[in-house]
Amino acid sequence: MSCWQTIQDYGLRSIGIGVNLLPKSDFTLCQQFTLIGSGLIWNVYFGALALALGFVFATSLALAKSARAPLIRKPAEWFIFIFRGSPLFIQFFLAYEALQMLPRAGITLFGLTIETSWTTRAWAGALFVLFLNTAAYAAEIFHGALRSIPKGDLEAADAYGISGWQKFRRIEWPTMLRLAWPAYTNEAIFLFHATTLVFFSSFPAFQQRGDALYYANYFADKTFNPFVPYPIVAFYFICLTLLLTFGFGLVNRYLNRHLPSNQKSRIRLRPQLIR
Amino acid sequence: MFASCADPKSLEGLTWLLCYLTSGKHLDFYWSFLTVLLLLAITAPVALAMGFGGAMAARSAFLPLRLIGKGYTSMVRGVPDIVFFLFFVIALDQAIEWSVHQIRCPDWTEPIRNGLEFRVCPQAKVPLSSSAQIWHQAYGFALAIFTFAIVFGAFAANVLYGAMNAVPRPQLETGEAYGMSQGQVFRRILLPQMWVYALPGLSNLWMILIKATPLLFLLGVKDIVYWARELGGSKTQAYEYPHPDWRLWYFLGLLVFYLLFTRLSELVLGRIGARLSRGQATAAGEAMRKAGA
Amino acid sequence: MTRIALATAIVALTSGLAAAQDVVRLGTEGAYPPFNLINDQGEVAGYERDVGDELCKRAELTCEWVTNDWDSIIPNLQSGNYDVIIAGMSITDERKEVIDFSQEYYPAVPSVYVAASADADIKGGVVAAQTSTIQSAHVAESGATLLEFATPDETVAAVRNGEAVAVFADRDFLAPIVAESNGALIMVGEPVSIGGGVGLGLRKSDAELKGKLDAAITSMKEDGTLNTLIEKHFGPEGVKF
Repeated sequence: MSCWQTIQDYGLRSIGIGVNLLPKSDFTLCQQFTLIGSGLIWNVYFGALALALGFVFATSLALAKSARAPLIRKPAEWFIFIFRGSPLFIQFFLAYEALQMLPRAGITLFGLTIETSWTTRAWAGALFVLFLNTAAYAAEIFHGALRSIPKGDLEAADAYGISGWQKFRRIEWPTMLRLAWPAYTNEAIFLFHATTLVFFSSFPAFQQRGDALYYANYFADKTFNPFVPYPIVAFYFICLTLLLTFGFGLVNRYLNRHLPSNQKSRIRLRPQLIR
Repeated sequence: MFASCADPKSLEGLTWLLCYLTSGKHLDFYWSFLTVLLLLAITAPVALAMGFGGAMAARSAFLPLRLIGKGYTSMVRGVPDIVFFLFFVIALDQAIEWSVHQIRCPDWTEPIRNGLEFRVCPQAKVPLSSSAQIWHQAYGFALAIFTFAIVFGAFAANVLYGAMNAVPRPQLETGEAYGMSQGQVFRRILLPQMWVYALPGLSNLWMILIKATPLLFLLGVKDIVYWARELGGSKTQAYEYPHPDWRLWYFLGLLVFYLLFTRLSELVLGRIGARLSRGQATAAGEAMRKAGA
Repeated sequence: MTRIALATAIVALTSGLAAAQDVVRLGTEGAYPPFNLINDQGEVAGYERDVGDELCKRAELTCEWVTNDWDSIIPNLQSGNYDVIIAGMSITDERKEVIDFSQEYYPAVPSVYVAASADADIKGGVVAAQTSTIQSAHVAESGATLLEFATPDETVAAVRNGEAVAVFADRDFLAPIVAESNGALIMVGEPVSIGGGVGLGLRKSDAELKGKLDAAITSMKEDGTLNTLIEKHFGPEGVKF
């Protein structure tokens, strides 16, 4: 079987398109690359969606943590502490246990039946945990950035009579993003790395559709040789990281476009955000 | 443990719970907390040393060494630590045995790699298959520590490299102006000053390390996650203490342990940071001076 | 007198040496009762513990028990972390390509479906099985939707909480769980025979050890010890030789 044929058969296997049964014998390198790459779709799905949703939530959390009223500040502080203070692995596990306690038949609310069975699927449950987790980490970054907005900028805004939403939208938020972006890039990279943990969480694999590590494990199990599939996963992740760094670098350039070139903040790896 | 626990099936209520929580397996579980702490206590300095080596190499004027240093530090950026853990321990184990084999059995004629099988001469097994179980466990633990230290050493190298570059250039130039050699400048000026800059990064690293310990079970160490899973899973009558699935409670316990541990670390590290900043020419040091005045 | 004492001392010494060289490390999973489990003292126990200890006694080997994850149990055998796999491992052709098996020490046992209700759809519904077992491969081919978990325990939990309609596993693993569930779980459908009996896994290069263990298993089969142990751990329903 040619490699092209293999790619057609298994390239989208992880989302249920293509040949139903996984290869059972005569494993080729091409099969390993194709299936593990297909699994990577899920890693990208988890990473990208959690990051996008988490970004919005993190901004509100950071604002809540900066609020004066303890009623708003305290919950945000506790949320951030719990998610940053405990291992993601344990969060996954507890979330799965909690979600499967929901009644299977669905919850009836005002005559409407809300389905619950999908919550224990990895695509929803694991995504939810990753979303909360990255929101907590990013909120801490944004909170730090909010506090380091130059005083002069805020005073200038006051002088111009800009206040409230306008001030946030036009002064605080863009500056916060610019200051936080290098650290946020690292958060994004490590969030993508953290998606590999989904395989070790309790969320079960459904119809042999899994992430990159699921297929790597499948091959390691069938060929009894861990030295081929796992390095393939590593290779894919190096590519993914380079791509992310490039994309976030572009945004960074955009955020810093008004600054003289010698003041621009460069993105440097600050590995404070792994879980 | 207690004499009254001799026949667990006849017990009820609190006595049952007391006996259950003091069974041999639970004692292993409690010990595994110490295992985790021990691992942290050993890994942290080893990782720091590796990071120091990595940062030094990355700064080296000698190109191949610099490439090795840079390659090592950027490794963590690309590869998720879990993927690394999954095959590195077996690879490391085989590499060690292969080297011992080359030294001890130079006359061995059979191939070491036979298909997927890895076979060295009996004298080259590490530890020897005749050695006590405790040595096998110690060896496995050492492999786990080394693997952890390599990964987190790369993180530490990043932090230290940044800290070395953060020491103000005029400080070093002053040293050079006094006629110090490169080595003297490094030892007398750069090294003592870099720690203030490195501390925030290293504090974070410590937190990362704490939160990475649940992955120990991937390295074959019987850590708290292993025991929590093992104890929590539902038990049939084949066991002395049958019970339904209690994993949720065990994992909640782990969650509390980790939260307390990270909180405590935060407080201690905060104090160390304050202590180190005193009298330093940094923003934090300046703030302390103003507050005092 | 001293001469005799010395001679015994030498014998003791040499036999001690011989024993020291013959330490055989037995690798098991420790999470598959009644085959193997970690008992409440934190030691390996179960059917395979008794069989392994008896085999080592008969083959005059000094044995030590090691536990290892199911996932990496074969790679670790091959890199020499232990010498024998004794973990309820069915003899299959795939596995035979990379490791050797001793003769069976437990007969081929059918696998069964266990569900929460008698009308569970085991042909087209969601069926749980442990990752990388012969059962998970079977479910994947049967047309049912396969739901994979890392440990056998979680597969049963999935049926209890309704995540899956049924779990597919060795009958001997499921039977005690069904018996103790007070009717919450029942066996459904016909038992399926897949895989061979359960054998010891060995490296292909360890022919000598395999010979010794094979001989020991034969002797245990002949004098009925094996059947006694099966009765002890699997109850009267256990399949005997």
